[in-house]
Amino acid sequence: MSDIALTSAPAHLRHGSSIGQPLTRRDGPLKVTGEARYAADNHPPGMLFAVLAVSTVARGRVLGFDLAAAKGHPGVVEVMTPVNRPPLAGDPDGKESPFAFRMDVLQNDRVRYPQQPVAVVIAETLEAATEGAALLAPRYEAEPARVGLDGAEPFAPKVVGAGNPASARHGDVESGLRAASHRLEATYETPAQYHNAMEPHAIVAAWDGDTLSIDTPSQGMALTQARIAGLFGIPPAGITIRSPFLGGGFGSKGLLNGPQVLGILAARLVGRPVKLVLRREQMYGPVGHRAPTRQTIRMGTDAGGAFTAIANQARTATSTFDDFIEPAADVAHALYATPALLTGHDAVRLDTGTPMFMRAPGEAPGSIALESAVDEMAEACGMDPLAFRLKNYAEVEPSSGRPFSSKALRECYAQGAERFGWSRRPLAPRRMRDEAGLLVGWGMGTAIFPALMFAGHARAVLKADGTGVVETGAHDMGQGAWTALAQIAADGLGLPLDRIEFRSGHSALPDAGLAGGSAHTATAGVAIDRAGADAIAKLAGLATRDRRSPLFGAGNAGVVARDGRLHRRDDEARSEGYADILARAGLGEIEGRGTGAADPAAQAAFAMHAHGAVFAEVKVDPEFGQVRCTRLVGAFAAGRVVNPRMVRSQYKGGMVWGVSFALHEQAVTDGRTGRVMNANLAEYHVPVNADVPSLEAILVHEHDPHVNPLGIKGVGEIAITGTAGAVANAVWHATGVRCRHFPIGLEQLIGV
Amino acid sequence: MGLSIALTVNGAPHRVELEDPRVTLLDLLRERLHLTGTKKGCDRGQCGACTVLLDGRRTNACLALVAAHDGADVLTIEGLASGGELHPVQAAFIAHDALQCGFCTPGQIMSAVGLIAEGHAGNDPERVREGMSGNLCRCGAYAGITEAVLDAQGRLARGSEAA
Ligand code: FES
Ligand code: FES
Repeated sequence: MSDIALTSAPAHLRHGSSIGQPLTRRDGPLKVTGEARYAADNHPPGMLFAVLAVSTVARGRVLGFDLAAAKGHPGVVEVMTPVNRPPLAGDPDGKESPFAFRMDVLQNDRVRYPQQPVAVVIAETLEAATEGAALLAPRYEAEPARVGLDGAEPFAPKVVGAGNPASARHGDVESGLRAASHRLEATYETPAQYHNAMEPHAIVAAWDGDTLSIDTPSQGMALTQARIAGLFGIPPAGITIRSPFLGGGFGSKGLLNGPQVLGILAARLVGRPVKLVLRREQMYGPVGHRAPTRQTIRMGTDAGGAFTAIANQARTATSTFDDFIEPAADVAHALYATPALLTGHDAVRLDTGTPMFMRAPGEAPGSIALESAVDEMAEACGMDPLAFRLKNYAEVEPSSGRPFSSKALRECYAQGAERFGWSRRPLAPRRMRDEAGLLVGWGMGTAIFPALMFAGHARAVLKADGTGVVETGAHDMGQGAWTALAQIAADGLGLPLDRIEFRSGHSALPDAGLAGGSAHTATAGVAIDRAGADAIAKLAGLATRDRRSPLFGAGNAGVVARDGRLHRRDDEARSEGYADILARAGLGEIEGRGTGAADPAAQAAFAMHAHGAVFAEVKVDPEFGQVRCTRLVGAFAAGRVVNPRMVRSQYKGGMVWGVSFALHEQAVTDGRTGRVMNANLAEYHVPVNADVPSLEAILVHEHDPHVNPLGIKGVGEIAITGTAGAVANAVWHATGVRCRHFPIGLEQLIGV
Repeated sequence: MGLSIALTVNGAPHRVELEDPRVTLLDLLRERLHLTGTKKGCDRGQCGACTVLLDGRRTNACLALVAAHDGADVLTIEGLASGGELHPVQAAFIAHDALQCGFCTPGQIMSAVGLIAEGHAGNDPERVREGMSGNLCRCGAYAGITEAVLDAQGRLARGSEAA
């Protein structure tokens, strides 16, 4: 990582004032006027509409279709089935990498989960394609569905999540538990959840010979491009992906999925551009979900409330044909000090689509279970939940012994508690009522999320007129990449924001890495910053070697780049504008390149995580058991804040997901058919505006010199963690009832 | 069967010849008139992404059959700004960061414009939240949305007092 090491002693400083500014979204005007073009908004000339026909059984075989009825419907152009589907060069059931998931693209007549695509109807109008898909009326040979966490024989996975070991141990948990003065063993269940981005998965695909042009929401254009290239046997360079805006992703648009490939195949089959958009219910099958978990947590503390052991054994589920194991137990690795820690996972294979990364994969279900257990443990010790957490504050990462690269969690606890008014909380439950007689409870949770980085690249150009262009194929799912990365780009070139053009969201630009793991701003941001540094270094080289420049000879002293001018570092009065330097050198532009990636040496030396503390108030109707989360305060420390306005929005959005996890969302599977019974937005509950009356996110200052050259940690996922447990703990404080099955519904609380 | 429907969309008259009675207002706007600002999140009246003002009332365009609205007046997100100047609700959405991915945003904004015009919510945040609860936002931008609606509501109220 030589180019990252370079930043520790930069020859050339760059000063900008964009990073840290609470700028409004640069794409805001497009988005509030309807001008922002999402994938399904495209309509190339000659385009046809494709609609999926999906399986209504969970397992079996398709015996046949009523092809005549579908084809005979006016407007239907073609029906694609395994019989006439254009061939693929690559195997959709291949597993070239852990990031290549097996997909169903009509390679045979097999059905392996409900809502699996079994045919595609292509028509002149959306109405005709929709009707054609209904008329296909597939006939099946169905087998019984395997459903639920006890629905199959469990197996021991080798890895969980994106490749972590399935189990981890440090110290001796059994003797820690034996020695404990207070012990807890409790089992927590979390449901299957579906990402349900507001924008359904969509693709508009157009072939021109063997070159392919697609509009599709993607959190990972480069990986998507490579996988398409492999499947279709065409060079990646012949594939153009446009993904300027995603209508939410949350992990479900990270990797190429089957419906995208079917859209491309349909366009191939008919020789015309095709648009394929999933119907909402079709998003409950082939595009991933969060698997259910059952976590058995065992804990012990000494008489003073210090942990002697923490163990979490998690059961989860994956599909029958591919592996994604929700790493639910692992969140305990970095959170609370304990001399003994044990985590493990097993899983069952069910007739569902393969689960996938979903916002805070592992951390979200792991956190609600762990934070609930911690609350129960605090109660057993007779301690205030905050005091208990402070008592067990981890000064080093408990699983590895590494120091933290930075950790302002104490400040998060202090600022969050102060703002919330935590000190007024009665220790015992059921002590507070509001003026309407509702039970009021206060709970808290600790938030944590690892500071990850992928590898990304960027290009920065200084132009003859003194303006800059910065390019990276980043993905804006709503987190604000168009704005935050442009801020980094401006500072990287030492230019005001209005003098750079930031290009993104297109596969022809340098690969910015996957937008996942809350790692995108750090990854693409560092790449952009390095590209700017590279361009400035070249520009400085031109000036300092040129006798006619006021900067001549400043090579060793270095220069400062600011506001479109280079200044001598040892004599800032001597300076020259970028445009003048380029003009004298007779150059139309100068280009810099940069890469962002994790530094393995820093990673070996430090544990890197963002932290936070969330405080929740709920009100519970004592007769009807209805719960409402009436107030949330979260305080988070995640290194350097690029744009406080957008970071706050990320935290608040994450907190809404935390409330949703605790109180609202779950997919309910029919035990007889294996089908999700609530595959729609009326019955799959996500919070509405009235469900989250008061949200506050505090940005806690944190300087991190180790995590990456910009000091940035991710903010997109952390706020779900902590929040979900805080809400659950507040429900206990209101009612005295410990709910260990999530979401908490009135059936668990009625008549409390 | 052929249907000839007259509609006013964002002030402009349209005559639509429909060969198909199943066409919803949402699909007409998006796929035939190429006004794609109005979004489809569910196609069954459950998310509010398709909210437009139909004869002045907030309506889920996915639940409105074009054939049933001959002569109707439709206002979509594309028709809200006038002469390059954002409507106060649009401006407030930017100022309060009432959007993240932006996919629910056209529906939220049209719903907010409708809510303010209905005049029931006033400056009561709880009523605004309730009145905006037909519009899902999976990104969870609700706090900003509520602030934006209250802010725009205040501006519009002051504006009409001044006028
Ligand atoms: S698309 Fe009309 S309400 Fe969801
Ligand atoms: S801003 Fe993304 S759904 Fe509302």
